Amino acid sequence: MMIQVEKLCKSFTLHNQGGAVIPVMQDAQFDVAPGECVGLIGASGAGKSTLMRMLYGNYLAASGHIRIGGVDVARAEPREILALRRDRLGYVSQFLRVVPRVSTLDVVAEPLLRTGCAPESAGARARDLLERLNIPRHLWTLSPTTFSGGEQQRVNIARGFAYAYPALLLDEPTASLDAGNREVVLALIEEAKARGAAIVGIFHDEAARRRVCDREVDVARFTPGLA
Amino acid sequence: MTPLLQVEAVSKFYGARIGCTDVSFDLYPGEVMGIVGESGSGKSTLLNCLAGHLPPDAGAVRFDTRADGLRDTVTMNEPERRMLGRTDWAFVHQHARDGLRMNVSAGGNVGERLMAVGARHYGDIRNTATDWLGRVEIAADRIDDRPSAFSGGMQQRLQIARNLVTGPRLVFMDEPTGGLDVSVQARLLDLMRGLVREMGLSAIIVTHDLAVVRLLADRLMVMKDGHVVETGLTDQVLDDPQHGYTQLLVSSVLQV
Repeated sequence: MMIQVEKLCKSFTLHNQGGAVIPVMQDAQFDVAPGECVGLIGASGAGKSTLMRMLYGNYLAASGHIRIGGVDVARAEPREILALRRDRLGYVSQFLRVVPRVSTLDVVAEPLLRTGCAPESAGARARDLLERLNIPRHLWTLSPTTFSGGEQQRVNIARGFAYAYPALLLDEPTASLDAGNREVVLALIEEAKARGAAIVGIFHDEAARRRVCDREVDVARFTPGLA
Repeated sequence: MTPLLQVEAVSKFYGARIGCTDVSFDLYPGEVMGIVGESGSGKSTLLNCLAGHLPPDAGAVRFDTRADGLRDTVTMNEPERRMLGRTDWAFVHQHARDGLRMNVSAGGNVGERLMAVGARHYGDIRNTATDWLGRVEIAADRIDDRPSAFSGGMQQRLQIARNLVTGPRLVFMDEPTGGLDVSVQARLLDLMRGLVREMGLSAIIVTHDLAVVRLLADRLMVMKDGHVVETGLTDQVLDDPQHGYTQLLVSSVLQV
């Protein structure tokens, strides 16, 4: 298994609101094999995004295990998680967090450069992805800061798919894309599966989910008080 | 892997008052750590203890020296510590005038650090200085101007060039973007990100600006009243803060 989630629990403690403790996840458990795509489903607020953020180490697990690429994200040191994110675990979030002044090409090529890829081949891969995702060529040297929401999202997807991560997290990758670009993103996901990537995704787009997901995991099963 | 810097139970007191107390962490090569906290939280005291500017009252600060591996810089003799300060360490001050010689030309400011480590050939020094001014985006024709004729942002970039020209392995930064315009800040941050990656630098950045650490730091340490209250991955500490003080700090940031 590439991704193994075991007895994962999470609660938020709001110290500045009387120390209220809000349990949000209890005993989450599922696996993802290489080449497999698992879709997280459940009503809004069931904890899909929370689970995704925990897998990436962005939210701290209260207890349980998240084993990805030989690292237990639930208890790893920051530098182990940083190394995991560099060469084993990718995350396409819903929004591009833009670094001021960095060109679109460099934004997309950065994950490749961080793994020691030669600048020429990183640049070639970045251009190829931007081309496929229909980002007009004259925008490539500009910072995506001023791009439209849809363009930023596609730059974000190009960045997320630039390096061939063995494990990949996708948060609504097809949301608000036109039919043509949606098709490109679905093809990218299928290619990633074909090369053996283990993928966890959130897709509100049902047709997209049926097409790329091999299985579904209902997060409501892990929501305290709902199960 | 050997940590580049190993900090163990460092404490500094000002009489009965706590500067910082019982701070421990390891910093590995290529890592950038941010230290945040409000004024008076002890973050600058800690930075100065780590950089050898203030003697801690207790604890050890071990640095992985090129010659002898991990050595405690607190018990090291003064000439050795000064040598580290000129070679493997760099310190970027909040106020550029604390880190620059204001009555010496820009080229001289960069060249001086090179001469301190033995460079003697004028042409080489000037070429290296010109190259570094270019890297921090200062036009070559300003090389003979004094920093007093520079804008705040330019002075800060010059200070960075002066510090990095000798190829240090560890950079201490105290509020490096404090007091600069937002647009100037963005440029400086982008520049620092690039240099950190290209040179494989490790850095410790003290700031109260959470946006700065989100952009620059891999790891974050939150201080309050001289104590470390929380540490972790930068995005995890900012997006899922565990300690009440960090929660307050994060929720107090104005959204733009």
